[in-house]
Amino acid sequence: MSVRRLAEETVQPAGFAFTEENAAWAEATIRKYPVGRQQSAVIPLLMRAQDQDGWVTKAAIEHVADMLEMPLIRVLEVATFYTQFQLNPVGTRAHVQVCGTTPCMLRGAEDLKAVCRKKIHSEQFHRNEAGTLSWEEVECLGACVNAPMVMVFEDTYEDLTPERLEEIIDLFEAGRGDEVRPGPQNGRHLSAPLGGLTTLTGDYDDLIAEQKQDSGHGPANGAAPQGKGAGQAVSAPPSEAGRPDSDSEQSDPSIDAPGKASNGNVVAGGEDRESDVLTAEAHRPHSGQEGGTRQGATDAEEGNVPDEVDAKTSGNLRRAEAAAEDAVIPDHSQLDDGTGGQPPRLSESAGDVLTGRQTGDPTEGQRTDTSDVTPGPVQHDHFDSEAEETTPETRPGDKPADLLSEPQGAKDDLKLIKGIGPVIEARLNELGIYHFWQIAQWRQAELIWIDDFLNFRGRAVREGWIEQARELQAGSSAQPGEGEA
Amino acid sequence: MLQDKDRIFTNIYGLRDKSLDAALKRGHFDGTADIIGKGRDWIINEMKASGLRGRGGAGFPTGLKWSFMPKEVGERPHYLVINADESEPGTCKDREIMRNDPFTLIEGCIIAGFSMLAHTCYIYVRGEYVRERQALQRAIDECYEQGYLGKDNKCGWDYDIIVHHGAGAYICGEETALLESLEGKKGQPRLKPPFPANVGLYGCPTTVNNVESIAVAPTILRRGGSWFAGIGRQNNTGTKLFCISGHVERPCTVEEAMGISFRELIEKHCGGVRGGWDNLLAVIPGGSSVPLVPGADIIDAPMDFDGLREIKTSLGTAAVIVMDKSTDIVKAIARISYFYKHESCGQCTPCREGTGWMWRVMERMATGHAQKREIDMLLDVTKQVEGHTICALGDAAAWPIQGLVRHFRAEIERRIDEYSHNAHQVRPVLEAAE
Repeated sequence: MSVRRLAEETVQPAGFAFTEENAAWAEATIRKYPVGRQQSAVIPLLMRAQDQDGWVTKAAIEHVADMLEMPLIRVLEVATFYTQFQLNPVGTRAHVQVCGTTPCMLRGAEDLKAVCRKKIHSEQFHRNEAGTLSWEEVECLGACVNAPMVMVFEDTYEDLTPERLEEIIDLFEAGRGDEVRPGPQNGRHLSAPLGGLTTLTGDYDDLIAEQKQDSGHGPANGAAPQGKGAGQAVSAPPSEAGRPDSDSEQSDPSIDAPGKASNGNVVAGGEDRESDVLTAEAHRPHSGQEGGTRQGATDAEEGNVPDEVDAKTSGNLRRAEAAAEDAVIPDHSQLDDGTGGQPPRLSESAGDVLTGRQTGDPTEGQRTDTSDVTPGPVQHDHFDSEAEETTPETRPGDKPADLLSEPQGAKDDLKLIKGIGPVIEARLNELGIYHFWQIAQWRQAELIWIDDFLNFRGRAVREGWIEQARELQAGSSAQPGEGEA
Repeated sequence: MLQDKDRIFTNIYGLRDKSLDAALKRGHFDGTADIIGKGRDWIINEMKASGLRGRGGAGFPTGLKWSFMPKEVGERPHYLVINADESEPGTCKDREIMRNDPFTLIEGCIIAGFSMLAHTCYIYVRGEYVRERQALQRAIDECYEQGYLGKDNKCGWDYDIIVHHGAGAYICGEETALLESLEGKKGQPRLKPPFPANVGLYGCPTTVNNVESIAVAPTILRRGGSWFAGIGRQNNTGTKLFCISGHVERPCTVEEAMGISFRELIEKHCGGVRGGWDNLLAVIPGGSSVPLVPGADIIDAPMDFDGLREIKTSLGTAAVIVMDKSTDIVKAIARISYFYKHESCGQCTPCREGTGWMWRVMERMATGHAQKREIDMLLDVTKQVEGHTICALGDAAAWPIQGLVRHFRAEIERRIDEYSHNAHQVRPVLEAAE
């Protein structure tokens, strides 16, 4: 565990509000989850708040709690539990996250940390004197075959050497982070082996052309040159790497939003046009993210895609972005006519479609008590109360196969099994279970079925009825073969 | 060696066109409606026949897992949740699927969802995979646009896929912690039972599957379970994405047949061990949670579940971390201990306290500043953590240390000796007051 606390009051801003775009995005995000389950959106919303301000402020936590109708402490728990949330201000131009876990350590992550100590600050989470840079050591970022690597805001820079990292930090400090192409820095392509493929070597007709001739820095990271993406990026505004959310306004001028300094960066011209496309696409803030923030200009220029790019990218120019954004979030209102325009949380029937319910539970949409901390399912959930009445066919597991209409000979005393009392024994007999050997023969799935039948919430499994029955059976003479004989 | 024609992920390096149109030409979504038309039982039987074992680390048979879901939808809807919270150190396979070959996953979600009667699927992507999440979302958008998702789609099963993300907690890779996180809480694992197939997301029947397990399903069903079962060995069938990191000449992610020998894997795809085979010290073959093995033991071992179990380790996620003789092996494991200390969710005392304790002792062992009897004490503590926690994180923290002591006890003792021999040189000289 790591101990994480909110920043001191002196640096906390007075208030927080999502920008108009982010607020709309937040509403759409909340709508992704079933009605009454808006709490699910807490991580995405906090993350968007962090993108907007650079770090998670106390005001933002309170704001998100209000939006989701959650008790403040639950949002605080989430903000302090998940280590990706920065609870203190970080560098405005770059916050360098160095992966220090063993696979990266083996390939030199400690040298990268030394670079950060030298160039930024001797301690992690401290900003340099100008307040523009900060760094931290993080646990595995999941790019282990490209070790060692760092992550700056949303992009990873992989296969690094200390010298290359120094260059990258210098560029970010100068506000020219967009000149660094994300991804491998040693010329290899993503996770493919350096120096030539060992698999998938065929001369496929849909190979992306420019990647064959790529040299120097590796090609762009995961942001793929897809049909739409590539075409769009040509008309996109200048690349603004290092700006996690360049479109957002500061909610409080006292906080330096990351990327403020990198305004007006322009991709250096003259290079291969396609690679610019790649770079620009990779750098565009929130490109393709769920309902990501967009500038109006980007959308407006949608149509002006040059023909040659259209052709290069297999002619797959897709529908306008506005339409795409509608489709980003499965639009539940489309599934259910007539409720589209209503506010999401009031729209009971739209949620019903999503959850597959036919009738609305009046308590479901109004549930504001999220203080449930039991490790199991929500106790007040209406599903649970109805679970007891479900028909046997819908139970999990398999119904035991060897049910008897009457005992074969004398029935065993099932009460000898720890956990079975007279009542349960009667119910089991009713079902057609009289003997230890029957229980001993069950598979796990059958026990789960019985457990659910008795509404035991796993007790039968925990108490190991099958094992108990086997032991008792070993001491008893009522073997199935003998019983019939 | 696996032929290209038998590889499931045909665009794993992202060298080919990533649009849906190109994916369709490569055969994705070919006959999905026919597969769904064959019914739930056929799909599950075919998955069982393929012998596919879950690719998330535990190796539980995927077909069997699907069959645990209730046979009919009751009052509660069913959910499919995809575990894309790939955080096991050494593992980076799902990342390639999501950013380069996402349609394998999307099609798999539809088929798996149908077989368990789920109309909604959540994909939980780790928070750090921002670009991967965007690439996946783009692919999903394309599928909605072209009618492969949504209501009345071309696949014949109404389906919604919702991309959700975490915020940097390793523990959320545990299935019940993932569900907690998806419900907007701290990612602390739940007690099982009830199992998610009974009470999962929002209290509804839920199945949680790894990205790779789901992404291989469409190809298996198209080509038949017997095709998949014909690759690899009994109980260890099929192909697998291996991520080879550490001290090899050319680290990479590659899809290979299960049961390929370690030597062949490294020679063919990674250009050998740095400094030659004689320079190989130890290997962690399945992500940080599994015990390490000395190089000599693993060189000719088959890389699959049973082959690695014979040498007292595990395939895990097939994230092979190779260490040559320049490695400070004790420090490497101490760093893994720090990882688990950092990522413990704090719910169970043995893990919350034990991981920190083990890390501090490991740090001292790395410098030799310890007593030899502490080695056994450390081993004893790992046994007390192991198996005494709700989830497997306690086990995962214990195993690397157990592996280290099992194979490199002599190295730890040597350091302790060295430290005490040189004690007068490293400690500040204390002068008696006069």
